[in-house]
Amino acid sequence: MIPRIMKQGRWAPWFYLLPALILMTVFILYPTIGTIRLSLLDSTSRHSAASTCSAGQPCWGVFENYRYALTNPAMLLALRNNALWLLLMVPGTIAGGLFFAILADRVRYESAAKAIIFLPTAISFIGAGIIWRFVYDVESGGGPQIGLLNAILVGLGGHPVTWLSNPAINNFSLMLVGVWLWGGFCMTILSAAIKGVNAEILEAARVDGANEWQVFWNIMYPTILPTIIVVTTTMAIIILKIFDVVFVMTNGNFGTEVIANRMFALIVTNAGQSTAIAVILIALTIPIMIFNIRRFRKEEAAR
Amino acid sequence: MKPFTRLNRFFSRFPLHLAVILMCVLWLIPTLGLFVTSFRTREAVRTTGWWHAFLPQAQTVGQPEYTKYCAACHGADGKKITAADLSSPTLVNQYPSAASLLLMLRKPVNNAPHLLNTPLPSAPTDALNALTPIITYMQTLSGQGGNTGKLSLSNYVDAIVGYKGLQDYLSDCQTGAAAKTGVFNCTAGDLANPAGMGIAMLNTLAVTIPTTLLVIVFAALAAYAFAWLDFKGRQWLFALLIGLQIVPLQMSLVPIAQLYTRLHIQSTFLGIWLFHAGFGLPYAIYLLRNFIGSLPREIFESAYLDGANHWAAFRRLALPLSMPAIASLGIFQFIWVWNDFLVAKIFLSTHPVLTVQITNLIDPRGQNWHILTGAAFLSFLIPMIIFFVFQRSFVHGLLAGSVKG
Repeated sequence: MIPRIMKQGRWAPWFYLLPALILMTVFILYPTIGTIRLSLLDSTSRHSAASTCSAGQPCWGVFENYRYALTNPAMLLALRNNALWLLLMVPGTIAGGLFFAILADRVRYESAAKAIIFLPTAISFIGAGIIWRFVYDVESGGGPQIGLLNAILVGLGGHPVTWLSNPAINNFSLMLVGVWLWGGFCMTILSAAIKGVNAEILEAARVDGANEWQVFWNIMYPTILPTIIVVTTTMAIIILKIFDVVFVMTNGNFGTEVIANRMFALIVTNAGQSTAIAVILIALTIPIMIFNIRRFRKEEAAR
Repeated sequence: MKPFTRLNRFFSRFPLHLAVILMCVLWLIPTLGLFVTSFRTREAVRTTGWWHAFLPQAQTVGQPEYTKYCAACHGADGKKITAADLSSPTLVNQYPSAASLLLMLRKPVNNAPHLLNTPLPSAPTDALNALTPIITYMQTLSGQGGNTGKLSLSNYVDAIVGYKGLQDYLSDCQTGAAAKTGVFNCTAGDLANPAGMGIAMLNTLAVTIPTTLLVIVFAALAAYAFAWLDFKGRQWLFALLIGLQIVPLQMSLVPIAQLYTRLHIQSTFLGIWLFHAGFGLPYAIYLLRNFIGSLPREIFESAYLDGANHWAAFRRLALPLSMPAIASLGIFQFIWVWNDFLVAKIFLSTHPVLTVQITNLIDPRGQNWHILTGAAFLSFLIPMIIFFVFQRSFVHGLLAGSVKG
């Protein structure tokens, strides 16, 4: 709580808050409300979305854009892909990050090793797209392979693979770029949590004959669980909004569509459908948001 | 006994070192590949993988195929038929791929098949496989090949001035070909070419620095209020703030673009500063509040007893004490805005920033990847320097925002 003794003028708080509040209202709050309004209108933003219904077809009235957003094949594909991203990339980055953090904790060149994994965080998505072109490139004309992966495959006697346009694998190719970009972020936070685990307790357990696996699950894991939850929620929000990687590398073609890219693709052509997708995207993040707010309340009570 | 123990220890720890180093190498290779590529010549980038820069170069690649199919008519040096001089770079550059060469060879010459005596294999794949080494050899003949191992800074020069010619900027300046474009004079003035990465770098700085300052000042003020001032709806407002962090910024693009058009600040620096600041603030306030709020309350109480008001407490206590957090936030915000593409693309199209300029340099036919490699590394330059110099602060910013919160 705030100390009673610190008296203040009635309007003083608003002097501090106003510049930030005005900017956030204009750039986030007002457009969000506008977005909800637009999501109930047609592509010209002039008539109700209900006017786009055609006779004999299923119709959700004023929520017609939501029918598109939840039943259209392109959107179903995007929802499936986002679910795939969530299911694979969130555990992937966290398990990978934790694994690396634990290993790096035991070597003398820890900070250099961690810097290398963390480096992609400073790289733009546009830059990452160019970097990974030289990994995934495929030469189908029979010439030498410029892409690293295909050069290795062909060198081993195999056939080149179209990493980004083969629907069976391209989502995984994109996720690999995602792991490369975000793995360092998870690793850095988890590494800090590991440093906070009492070394004496770990040592005592080892002396008592516990193996590394038991030490991890029985001592380290419960201690760093709160941090794992934080990283999971943060990553979940990032993955739900995932856009740039897909936009830069495939623009959602070849079955790699995701929700945010679909929303961006429709911004110019159909504001109604685009904003309906945006509202759904926000709705999906609300459970995570509530979770975070609860956490803040608990912490505030403990302060 | 002792050396043996040490040896034993080394072998038992060997898998650990192997795993750590392997992961680091895997993480570095994509970036290293681009870094090496950025120093290679246009032809080398197009025809061989970047690792060939480290391999010995053979001048005779494609010679047997060339002798078999072409040498009888064109001569061993390619100059026998003057109308089709295979040692001319202009002619050779018309056939960048085996497929384009095959198409040309399929057309008859003087009403007879082009390859009269030794026809190509009939299966298209086999034909293409035979032609690819021939292209490499023709490039050697025309003086462009054989230097796939040569490294230079020409991709960086081309990227800075935004030159998209047949050869690189410096050689085209020597031959006078650059002047024919009407855009380049081969003077220092070329650095100001609006399509170059040099100008884009200045634009990016002009976007990034004011935005960062704006966010820091406004966020510090608001964070102080959330931490040490009492007002109605404080909890509620802070919860809303956390909620605002997850709003995808694509939501705001259309409404704000419409607003900017009405206010006549579309494509101005002011417009993009305000937009970035608006979206940077929720996280910035969140991070700074956590830091300012965790400062010991006694120092604020005693300052107040000594007669200081809130403004003095903010300026003399909260600001200086939270400098580490402000530094982290500044670095974070700086790199975030520096790497932005979408907002700059939409709100500042007339003054392209680095990321936007890179996409402007992309040739739809994929003929200038060499420039993109230089351009990409130019855009990494400042974030990388900041990353290595302020790594500690960068990490702290990350931790303060997500762990302590």
